[in-house]
Amino acid sequence: MSKLDEDILAAAEQWKREGRGVAIATVVETWGSAPRPVGSHLVIDDQQNFLGSVSGGCVEGDVISAAADVIESGKPQMLEFGVADETAWRAGLSCGGNIRVYVEKVD
Amino acid sequence: MRLDLLATLNAERAARRAAVVVTELASGAQRLVREGEVAGDALAEALQAQIRSGKSGVVETEAGRFFLELHLPPPRLMITGAVHVSQALAPIARLLGFDVSIVDPRTAFATPERFPDVPLYAEWPDTALARLKPDHWTAFVALTHDPKIDDPALEIALAAGCFYVGALGSKKTHGRRIESLKKRGVPEPSIARIHAPIGLSIGASSPQEIALSIMAEIILRLRRGPEAKP
Repeated sequence: MSKLDEDILAAAEQWKREGRGVAIATVVETWGSAPRPVGSHLVIDDQQNFLGSVSGGCVEGDVISAAADVIESGKPQMLEFGVADETAWRAGLSCGGNIRVYVEKVD
Repeated sequence: MRLDLLATLNAERAARRAAVVVTELASGAQRLVREGEVAGDALAEALQAQIRSGKSGVVETEAGRFFLELHLPPPRLMITGAVHVSQALAPIARLLGFDVSIVDPRTAFATPERFPDVPLYAEWPDTALARLKPDHWTAFVALTHDPKIDDPALEIALAAGCFYVGALGSKKTHGRRIESLKKRGVPEPSIARIHAPIGLSIGASSPQEIALSIMAEIILRLRRGPEAKP
């Protein structure tokens, strides 16, 4: 945990109180060399503003689009990324790691 | 995550109290376990092990798969004694992510030249520690060799429940310290928590090596709890 992560969760709370749709993405599992440790957060609002990170930038695009579905539906999603994954060309982790990211709505 | 849960979590973090967000991965069911609630929780054992590891992670239990997201306050190290050992201990502790503060009312010792970049409190410990507010996520080390400074500070650190309390000095010195703390009314089980002689037994001789042995003992207590053997 870093001070930065603390700010991210404080921002999530503030955004929600401002009436925005908000989702929190959290790294829940990693295998191999992953750029961000378990517990790292990315917070996304319904205008696709975001704060924080779950990788070195390689999978954030996919997480942000999944967040839009989660804010819409209210149903959490578990996303998986890695070089062995079929999405490797689109959103692979160039470092060779695998990560699992949990995306949930703040409601 | 529910907004009320998120708000409580942010409040706990601002107050430097540990909290764990427990998410059942199959259902998405979520709850917050606060520091004082860990021991009585259904997942107490898993929570305690996770907290000691210092890292968030997924656990498999008979009740299902859970993601335990830890929010632990950054550890702090408070030292009485702006002495030679402290000059080595402060940078080692900072390298390991501790916020360090040094308390010593002797202004000749507590100088910025001797301790660049470390917050120094050239005050008596009762004054300085009243402001610094040691807690469960604080390690306290008494290094002055002067009972007038160390003993009141030890009393405060023990009462605050610091996860590590250590005091420099031989067994003989510590024997005298125990008598003095008893006279101050410190309960014996608290006195027994003091690590003295201080530091892991690695044959340390220089101030720098003593600092390393103290820091290793602090990490042992932080990660393995009060009972574990090195």
